[in-house]
Amino acid sequence: MEVVRLRVNGDERVCGVPTHYTLLETLRYGLGLTGSKQGCDKGDCGACTVIVDGRAVLSCITPVWEAEGREVRTVEGLATAAGLHPVQDEFDLNGAAQCGFCTPGILCSSVALLDRNPSPTRGEIRAALAGNLCRCTGYEKIYDAVEAAAERLGDR
Amino acid sequence: MSGRGTGTVAPPARVREPGQGAQAASPNGSGREAEISEALATIGRPMRKIDGRAKGTGRARYTDDIRLPGMLHGKILRSPHPHARILAVDTSRAEALEGVHGVVTGRDMPTTYGIIPWTPDEYPLCVDKVRYVGDGVAAVAAVDEDTANAALALIDVKYEELPAYLDPHEAIAADGPFIHEPRKKGWNGNITKTVELAFGDVDRGFEGSDLVVEGDYFFEGTTHTPIEPHCAIGLAEPDGKLTVWSATQVPHYLHRELARVLELDPARVRVVQPPVGGAFGGKSEPFDLEFCVAKLSIITGRPVKILYTREEVFYSHRGRHPFHMRYRTGATRDGILTAVDSRIVMDGGAYASFGLVTTYYSGQLLTAPYRMPAYRFHSTRAYTNKPACGPKRGHGSVQPRFAFEVQLDRIAEALDIDPIELRRRNFIGSDTRTVNDLRVTSNGFLECLDAVERASDWQHKFRRLPYGRGVGVAGSTYITGTNYPVYPNDMPQSGIQLQVDRSGRVAIFSGASEIGQGVDSMVTYIVAEELGVPLEHIRVLAGDTDFTPVDLGAYSSRVTFMLGNACIDAARRIKAMVQEAVAEAWGTKPREVLLAGGLAVMAGDTGTGMPLREAFNLAEAKFGTLGATGSYNTPRDVHGSYRGATIGASPAYSFTAHVAEVEVDPETGFVTVEKIWIAHDCGRALNPVLVEGQMEGSAYMGFAEALMEEQIFKSADQGRAGLHNAPSLLDYRIPTSLDTPALESLIVESIDPEGPYGAKEAGEGPLHPSIPAIANAIHDAVGVRMNSLPFSPPRVWRAIQAAGDGGRG
Repeated sequence: MEVVRLRVNGDERVCGVPTHYTLLETLRYGLGLTGSKQGCDKGDCGACTVIVDGRAVLSCITPVWEAEGREVRTVEGLATAAGLHPVQDEFDLNGAAQCGFCTPGILCSSVALLDRNPSPTRGEIRAALAGNLCRCTGYEKIYDAVEAAAERLGDR
Repeated sequence: MSGRGTGTVAPPARVREPGQGAQAASPNGSGREAEISEALATIGRPMRKIDGRAKGTGRARYTDDIRLPGMLHGKILRSPHPHARILAVDTSRAEALEGVHGVVTGRDMPTTYGIIPWTPDEYPLCVDKVRYVGDGVAAVAAVDEDTANAALALIDVKYEELPAYLDPHEAIAADGPFIHEPRKKGWNGNITKTVELAFGDVDRGFEGSDLVVEGDYFFEGTTHTPIEPHCAIGLAEPDGKLTVWSATQVPHYLHRELARVLELDPARVRVVQPPVGGAFGGKSEPFDLEFCVAKLSIITGRPVKILYTREEVFYSHRGRHPFHMRYRTGATRDGILTAVDSRIVMDGGAYASFGLVTTYYSGQLLTAPYRMPAYRFHSTRAYTNKPACGPKRGHGSVQPRFAFEVQLDRIAEALDIDPIELRRRNFIGSDTRTVNDLRVTSNGFLECLDAVERASDWQHKFRRLPYGRGVGVAGSTYITGTNYPVYPNDMPQSGIQLQVDRSGRVAIFSGASEIGQGVDSMVTYIVAEELGVPLEHIRVLAGDTDFTPVDLGAYSSRVTFMLGNACIDAARRIKAMVQEAVAEAWGTKPREVLLAGGLAVMAGDTGTGMPLREAFNLAEAKFGTLGATGSYNTPRDVHGSYRGATIGASPAYSFTAHVAEVEVDPETGFVTVEKIWIAHDCGRALNPVLVEGQMEGSAYMGFAEALMEEQIFKSADQGRAGLHNAPSLLDYRIPTSLDTPALESLIVESIDPEGPYGAKEAGEGPLHPSIPAIANAIHDAVGVRMNSLPFSPPRVWRAIQAAGDGGRG
């Protein structure tokens, strides 16, 4: 057991974890941030995706020590007191989440995409989400939601 | 309440315009459709789901997100052998390990169970025998996962290996040792079920045919792969109550089986079903982990959680059966079907699961949307030493539909008839009976064919695209719920309870299972529609057997139809009370009181009105605390009386047509599906966004089975017999965003006479045609018939080579 210091969703957090813990285990079991999901525990499905220093990262294969000193953003950190992030709202409006289990990871991949590319093409959205498996939707409504969110962000 | 409004003839179906909101009455609208359409304020509009925000912010709590104080972690020891006798299990070393609080083996729960009451053939943990690699043998509960895993390694099991059956034909031909003890003396213990049924004079039908097409087909097994692995938590309390939280689709059946197998009073057992992260049929029966967390919690007095690894999800399976199929299909020279004959061998894996039903479904569900004058099927489900197969989206009917729709394509080709036209000519119609005596009411199949023909520009593409590119069509039907529960009883299939608060809030207590399909939202829309309550004033408590009425579960596409009708039933009881109380206050008739937009208003007098909250208070003052229950049961006159006639019977059938467009690289055999157009008759789209989501998700899953997915196992010469070939999401390839074709949904509404507002199912039917439509498109592209799944590059390449060499195809 060792102490790890993380900056998560703007908060400085201190947590004791077994040395082999991943970032996902630390978020879920150490900090109670259960929004990030475990679907495969080996980097295949993308349900655990979080944003680290602006990049979409698979937290289930990231040793927690690699996240020290970096800015970690999870699905719990996307909305503000003012309301949902436009991507979250558009996912809801477009029916982009069915069972919702892949949704936190896909939202993080989408936000990371839009932060670096505010007006992606549909092809760029597909490519950015290629590491996130969704078993429910067939992806169409997810692309619709990301496109709509990009438009809303552009209008700001 | 049983089957409302039987005998009403459905009006012609129509295709919903993309993005169309509330329905206007059709121009010639008369009767039920016009009556409904004029009244609808909420139903039919694109709406948010009530749990969308919780799921989009990480607040939705799935089973593995629940942590209870003092919770232990459980793990299950699994068999390394495909078929073996258990000679001895020694758990003493595991029990002695620091941090281990409980160990159980099969002997602690020696009662068989099975989702189908006639075939209970599995134990929570194996007692005498293991029957597949991965079969559970013992379970431990420890302070953490690492300790639990360490404890598993300390359990000593002595096995005596038995010959393993991996091939269903070999299993059927064997004379022992059988995988299961025969249920009756002299029976073959390697067979779950054989069904042979014939309708009409099949032999004469073939004699009178101008063309008989014969073909052998193989449908490879596939599995559900929900992104959420199975998870359960058991909590035994000192007062004798047991609570099990589980990612299940069938809390009611789980409730019954937990009580029966663990010999507990069912009144002391509570099953709670949190939001489920995908299921697709893969969580629709009890699993070993649910019994184990319960038993381990009883033994340790502490809450116990078990979360499957992804590998365990692949081994727990219950997915699509591999089918070996032979079809003969006869037709006149005009393309009218004369007779159909099938022989099917199904590879069931180690346990029965829903297999008895699957065996019937393999034949029973083929008899629409085309008229069949004569039909015979013979289906056998074999046991093999592999993980058990069960129901996957489109249970038992996706495989035959693939073969049959390819047969139809071959008939169309031989007779030089357009394949869409051929399907139109054989349309069974609405308000009719199938050859096996299933009642069909609303039927929008022709409109589905029209819609995909138009949207895909079929007439300019079929047989007109350059070599390597092609289009294919296929149609299908599916049940909107099974007419009978898995255990015989006369009680309702669906129940719901509504409770109205003085604040104007309505609470819905629903027994149904939210697995992502949107059932919690569906009942919210219905309450809003009936009572005029804003959506944000409605709350849902669902899937908790202590507090919600029974709904049988999220399977067989039954929930919208059955729970929806139950919900209308309950809401209208409350509405009647509110109308009566308000009418009394206004000195008018109850029917003059309209509930809409958060208000009670007087018909024809917009100046007279009050907030709903006040209307509810008037009703509470008059009638006492406001609440109502509602229920639905199926009509009983919708099937024949022969043995098996009830299986396949449904209060309504959905219909689907797909056109797929593909590009085939003849150099590599690589198939790219460019687009699938999906037209689906869902009766009425209560929320078109959710219906489209089901259609697209279904077509995606069918596409995946057509081109990519294989749940296959190694033979002895590949290492270890019965070992899963690729139990990971990297190697068992499910489509990523880059693999998935463009999908276009075309909603067809036939307004079913008995569905809630005319609705039928949308969750499973739209999967079926994907596979044969892609097979038929490959034929249009490169002239070869793909009769074995999946259509992987080597298979397609070989087929093209064979056609080039021998002109076959």
